[in-house]
Amino acid sequence: MRRERLTVTESEAVGPYTLLRLERGGLQPGGPGQFFMLEAPGRVLPRPMSLCLAAPGELAFLVDPIGPGTRALCSLSRGDAIHVLGPLGNGFRIDVRRPLLVGGGIGIAPLPYLAEALGAPRLVAGFRSGWHAEAAALLPPNAEIVVEPTLVTELIEPGLDVLACGPAPMLEAVRRLSPGAQLAWEAPMACGYGACYGCAVEIDGRWKRLCIEGPVLREAA
Amino acid sequence: MLLNASGCLDALTAPETARSLDAFVTKTVTPLPRGGNPPVRIAETDGGMLNSIGLANPGRDSFLHEVQPQLAQLGIPIWISVGGFAASEYAETCALLDGLDEVAALELNLSCPNVDEAPESAAEIVAACRTETSLPLYAKLSPASWDVAEVARAVEAAGADGLSLVNTLRGLKLDRELRPVLGTRVGGLSGPALKPVALAAVFACSAATSLPIVGMGGVQTGRDALELLAVGASAVALGTVLFSDPSAPGRIREELAAELSALGLTSPEQASGLAHEGALPARKHLDLGSRVPIKSLQTP
Repeated sequence: MRRERLTVTESEAVGPYTLLRLERGGLQPGGPGQFFMLEAPGRVLPRPMSLCLAAPGELAFLVDPIGPGTRALCSLSRGDAIHVLGPLGNGFRIDVRRPLLVGGGIGIAPLPYLAEALGAPRLVAGFRSGWHAEAAALLPPNAEIVVEPTLVTELIEPGLDVLACGPAPMLEAVRRLSPGAQLAWEAPMACGYGACYGCAVEIDGRWKRLCIEGPVLREAA
Repeated sequence: MLLNASGCLDALTAPETARSLDAFVTKTVTPLPRGGNPPVRIAETDGGMLNSIGLANPGRDSFLHEVQPQLAQLGIPIWISVGGFAASEYAETCALLDGLDEVAALELNLSCPNVDEAPESAAEIVAACRTETSLPLYAKLSPASWDVAEVARAVEAAGADGLSLVNTLRGLKLDRELRPVLGTRVGGLSGPALKPVALAAVFACSAATSLPIVGMGGVQTGRDALELLAVGASAVALGTVLFSDPSAPGRIREELAAELSALGLTSPEQASGLAHEGALPARKHLDLGSRVPIKSLQTP
């Protein structure tokens, strides 16, 4: 866990989202599914973002401008600098035999980096609209894309090792279809390193901090 | 002298941050284990944040046998925050902790905004604990009472050795659809928005008692720490700022040293009470539990 002030090298619109590229500085990229806390200029708390791409010397994050913090991040320009803490948490285990990557909406954020780590895995992604689906440009060319009302869960076949990130209803559906799936969860968190207990969820009768024991949790098969 | 505010740091997941403080204050320990409140537990507000954690902790037995032995190895003084739902519960926990060498002080959490309060008054709880321990007892008070100085005088008379000021204030945030964001609807407000409240409470209590005060509430910079000293605090605790910056203690220590130096002061003690006109009551000594060398705040 390390915190540094990183400079923005590029900020580009990808559909409704913004791909924020930062100089990597002395930070390690960590593994796919791990996350970083990004200072949101003018806000009290940083925002957790999973790493989207890790080109040499760079860390890139896909940000959905849904509130004041994420809007502040999307407003950054080349040359601006923000504090970044990470890598944090536990990411995806990539020692799987028949991977299927599943993403929903902004939940595709960790999949480009994950797909890279896995070679060329099968990847399916679902979006709310054609505009949102422009983010598929970040995914490998073999990615299968659906737009609502078609749901990404309709593309999941049994017998595959599913690694998924997306909204909670999608993850619940994936869990029912694919016992043993690795699911990347999200919860409001203040710190990202176990201090605030804001992201605690009850799993099997025990409270776990998603930032420490997750954000990727493996379902009992 | 820098501490963390209770519940704002886990020394076991962030030992480097804990070691950069002069003492580590634990999350509140209650008699029984508590999972805490249902999500959502955290919400940012303009100038602050709300939390509704609900005193999540493993309970005093697990704390004593599993957590405390690990904390004792950190090499820094440990303050244990004690909570309960009746004066007798606080007192029993104090009795259990009384014999532990590594414990430097007990902070009685008399003001969590996220759980039901004990029926007894703050002073009654302090008095019950006083009979069970010789460890320094700090009373952590809410700034929400109509006269916090009155409460401060009462806990001083009941045997408290110091005050921790302030706990969070109740707050509420609505989402776009006008529904409360937090699972419990209402939570504790902390961060920069709380600073003027903390300054007022420390100002009032330092004039009303001779107890040493750990000031906290919205400290983000060395200047904020200096202001708490100026209104009468003897030490400063960091809360919300730790969430955004685990290296905040080092930075704030440096900034405070520079602020003191700019005023021609050579120690934080010299800044204590500067905001008051005339003399403050003579302060009792603040015991941070100096079993290991305390990092100096003095200017280099």
